[in-house]
Amino acid sequence: MAIRSFFLFILFFSSSLSPVFSLYEDQVGLMDWHQQYIGKVKQAVFSSQRAGRKRVVVSTEENVIASLDLRHGEIFWRHLLGADDVIDGIDIGLGKYVITLSSGGSILRSWNLPDGQMVWESSLQGPKHSKSFLLVPTNLKFDKDNVLVVFSNGRLHAISCIDGEVLWKKDFEAESFEVQQVILPPGSDLIHVVGFAALSQFEMYQINAKNGELLKHESASFSSGFSGQVSLVSTETVVALDSTGSILLTISFQDGKISSQQTPISNLVEDSLGPAVIIPSSVSGIFAIKTDAVTIFIRVIGKGNLEVVEKTTHEIAVSDALSISEDQQAFALIQHASSEIHLTVKLAHDWDGNLLKESVKMDRQRGLVHKVFINNYIRTDRSYGFRVLIVMEDHSLLLLQQGEIVWSREDGLASIIDVTTSELPVERDGVSVAKVEHNLFEWLKGHMLKLKGTLMLASPEDMAAIQSMRLKSSEKSKMTRDHNGFRKLLIVLTRAGKLFALHTGDGRIVWSYLLRSLHKSEACQSPIGLNLYQWQVPHHHAMDENPSVLVVSRCGPSSDTSGVLSFVDTYTGKELSSLSLDHAVVQVIPLPYTDSTEQRLHLLIDADKHAHLYPKTSGALSIFKREFSNIYWYSVEDQNGIIKGHALKCKCTGEVADEFCFDTRDLWSVVFPSESEKTIATVTRKLNEVVHTQAKVVADQDVMYKYISRNLLFVATVAPKGSGEIGSVTPEESWLVAYLIDTVTGRILHRVTHHGSQGPVHAVFSENWVVYHYFNLRAHRYEMSVIEIYDQSRADNKDVWKLVLGKHNLTSPISLFSRPEVITKSQSYFFTHSLKAIAVTSTAKGITSKQLLLGTIGDQVLALDKRFLDPRRTVNPTQLEKEEGIIPLTESLPIIPQSYVTHALRVEGLRGIITVPAKLESTTLVFAHGVDLFFTQLAPSRTYDSLTEDFSYALLLITIVALVAAIFVTWRLSERKELQEKWR
Amino acid sequence: MEKGKGVMGAGRRWAVDFSDNSTAPSSRDIPDPPGFTRASVDQDDSAVSRQKKDAEANWKAQKAWEVAQAPFKNLLMMGFMMWMAGSTVHLFSIGITFSALWQPISALQGVGKVFEPYKDNKVDLLGPKLLFIALNLGGLALGVWKLNTLGLLPTHASDWVSSLSPAQEVEYSGGGIPL
Repeated sequence: MAIRSFFLFILFFSSSLSPVFSLYEDQVGLMDWHQQYIGKVKQAVFSSQRAGRKRVVVSTEENVIASLDLRHGEIFWRHLLGADDVIDGIDIGLGKYVITLSSGGSILRSWNLPDGQMVWESSLQGPKHSKSFLLVPTNLKFDKDNVLVVFSNGRLHAISCIDGEVLWKKDFEAESFEVQQVILPPGSDLIHVVGFAALSQFEMYQINAKNGELLKHESASFSSGFSGQVSLVSTETVVALDSTGSILLTISFQDGKISSQQTPISNLVEDSLGPAVIIPSSVSGIFAIKTDAVTIFIRVIGKGNLEVVEKTTHEIAVSDALSISEDQQAFALIQHASSEIHLTVKLAHDWDGNLLKESVKMDRQRGLVHKVFINNYIRTDRSYGFRVLIVMEDHSLLLLQQGEIVWSREDGLASIIDVTTSELPVERDGVSVAKVEHNLFEWLKGHMLKLKGTLMLASPEDMAAIQSMRLKSSEKSKMTRDHNGFRKLLIVLTRAGKLFALHTGDGRIVWSYLLRSLHKSEACQSPIGLNLYQWQVPHHHAMDENPSVLVVSRCGPSSDTSGVLSFVDTYTGKELSSLSLDHAVVQVIPLPYTDSTEQRLHLLIDADKHAHLYPKTSGALSIFKREFSNIYWYSVEDQNGIIKGHALKCKCTGEVADEFCFDTRDLWSVVFPSESEKTIATVTRKLNEVVHTQAKVVADQDVMYKYISRNLLFVATVAPKGSGEIGSVTPEESWLVAYLIDTVTGRILHRVTHHGSQGPVHAVFSENWVVYHYFNLRAHRYEMSVIEIYDQSRADNKDVWKLVLGKHNLTSPISLFSRPEVITKSQSYFFTHSLKAIAVTSTAKGITSKQLLLGTIGDQVLALDKRFLDPRRTVNPTQLEKEEGIIPLTESLPIIPQSYVTHALRVEGLRGIITVPAKLESTTLVFAHGVDLFFTQLAPSRTYDSLTEDFSYALLLITIVALVAAIFVTWRLSERKELQEKWR
Repeated sequence: MEKGKGVMGAGRRWAVDFSDNSTAPSSRDIPDPPGFTRASVDQDDSAVSRQKKDAEANWKAQKAWEVAQAPFKNLLMMGFMMWMAGSTVHLFSIGITFSALWQPISALQGVGKVFEPYKDNKVDLLGPKLLFIALNLGGLALGVWKLNTLGLLPTHASDWVSSLSPAQEVEYSGGGIPL
């Protein structure tokens, strides 16, 4: 034991000499990978530049604007706008500027198309909130200047395309006016603004595009009212639905006169349908309406005569119109048929003729087509060819051309909801999982190169070859478990309801599965995935079973809709089973018990506070019954500022009676005064965190006992006034209170107030400490605080003999109902960055010292040693404390540039950092996700338990060989000498 | 004795061997000188040999004591070396400490051998042996003390609890903000 402490000491000592974690240039990409995504595409505009590389500009639901290579789907450039800067529209102006309208139509920006530099930015204010439209007319000029027409916030603007200057503006102040369309008839200087007022009034404004003058204002009233959107069928005709969704209104405003015609849908289609909605489309002469089951395409002939051209029950997606010549418009239609999709391109005026008809095989795991964007090109034989960009249900983006998928992007990975990990299969004899080397020659060549490299004989080309060999090492991307536990599967759940398994070695997608339970269905209208849990981790027993994960989802946004559970095998990516629950899922509590097949017991709490036990087996029930009285749960009602503790009572009574359902009773509650405190953050320890020891050895060989409890909750509250943005309150009216609450008994173990501080609070809880990050209004700086909590009741366990003989009760199970005597130590430091996420490294045994992983505002991950956040730091530590590794106290935490885990890369839109222990104690796996994904391995105390990557095996080998040779030579020499001695 | 015989044999006419303790005068051709009584010589003779033996025993005892005291010098030197080595843990101090521990132990193992040459039924080796053992134990104690000053002895509570796993909690609680 003393030896171990000695080694640990050496370890601390060596790490204190070089606290910097850093990477050499040639190590980049060896253990880490980085993937760039953009998210689900909302709008795509094809660049019509004749010269240069073909590209498409897209805006996405992750607020990204990106320019993609049309040939390969790579990103040329990309900008991530802020989380509240939602993109409303994009377009290309003058062929070289990308114009974006964002933030509810209040910010207009122009970007240079080739390189993505911002050219100008204009802020557009207006009298009231409204829909926003961005139009880039090609022929509208104003003093040789191209003009953009923007309708936003109830105001129409004409803006110069060159510098973003507002040329004129026109307010639409009428209280109830709701703009529906802004129309620019080609070849005229007029702008038509149409909209509804007072629910039943149709309004049309005609405006001079040159100066914003109001030329005409017409209105007509419709007693039946309107619902939903309008569809533009020509520059002077719109189609709308009445408030019941059963009558089509065709409104034309030719020459400034409004005329209309009403057509009940039942007149067009015989069988009665439910209420319909109009699918927005810009194809002239044709519009589509959709009911629950049927999609109907309707043609407008002449003045308001409607004719059904097609009725289909298939899922269908329509593109916007693409004008291919002066008077011809084409559009694309995509229909689903089992494992294929049918793409048809039609001319707007000719429904029956097809310009193009193709079938493309489509992976079922991509789901339905959500959006279609069409683009044309001229073939060598001067005919038109078409390519379409489609957005699938799983948010992936594909380019179809000539009946093939040219490229695809898995952009669903830009919106990860939850992550868990799974082990890979164990390597078995006879199962060759990875191709090791192609042939003997390759193998020999590789080793020759490596030898050259170690003997420093390699040329730069050879070095490059060696580097690429290292990066593509088949060892790290094998599909089996390794000794060090570096190879794992990252199971991620995306917002699209798709599960992906990513290999930690190279980040490739091993399998993906679009959850069937997350498909829209009769019972489940708008299913959303919530969380992922490890369901079955075969460990000792049941080694032959595959591990599986539990996906918890819900049938709607509100918390009382019923839940759905799916169980997915992580080796094969197949759904084992799925359960539609008859109760809601408000909380999922994984219990620390597993049944005989290593399935983890989960307690699901429904909206009526009944607890449901899963899996529903008798084995699980008997395990649960045994621990019944020791299981508690708590709920944080952050709206009311109440934390409640509950205990299980008895079997459910009433209509939901079932063996696995239990009633609960309230045990305690902590009520925060609503006028002075508002809960903004709660953090607990990770369930699977391993703590090596309960004792902390401080200088002069003294011991402090950590208060280690799984049932501690950190809660941060702020003054309700101060819950807004930073700087919105004065320091006097803002405070932040941090609590440590025992969730079994409701006891508040610690409470500390930071006056003049404000959220947002990011916190992480590990072992016996919590670190949180907030803003200090007085100092105008961010601060990080640490609270360490120690058990004072164990502190007198200092008799060596008792400890030697094991006559102590330090390891005997403890009940939280016995009154703990705790002391806390805390300290605060300034910190430069604001944070997006915070995590802590976790290792297999918890021996290795910890590092905090901070997701900075610059979308990077910074590793900070926990030793910098040690409340025992003092300005002048004693010699003993220095030896222990205590760093002299400084006002602010240092940011060491080499300790950026993401080195030169950025994880755009960083949302979360997940750490997973490897089997090797020194190493932890780090996965950071946002719009981008980043994975790496970290060794917070260096890899003290294995040789490093750059260890010179050659030198070791040469030394051994030289030593053996020397032994032989000297042996022979000594023998000879002895012989001569004897002859003398 | 040898010398006396040699002298007698080398052409001398007569010689009296005082140490000759044969009692029969008939064995000699020359009568005893007057006033010489063999009986008294007899007695004298035995006294001489005893004296001789005593001297030897004394010498052995003295030697044994010397041997027994030898570790003392060693002890002083070790102390000096330890003082030189300082109290931080590094290769030199660890080497010295372990040699300081090893030497007394190996010496104690060979106590019998060390005192083998001085074995005599007239010499009391218990004292020297005890001293030897005591001094070596002193050396050992010095080594242990050094080990302790280096902090390598598990004499503190911290050495026994440093890898004590956390106590298990009886209760379990989970939950949080509703999903």
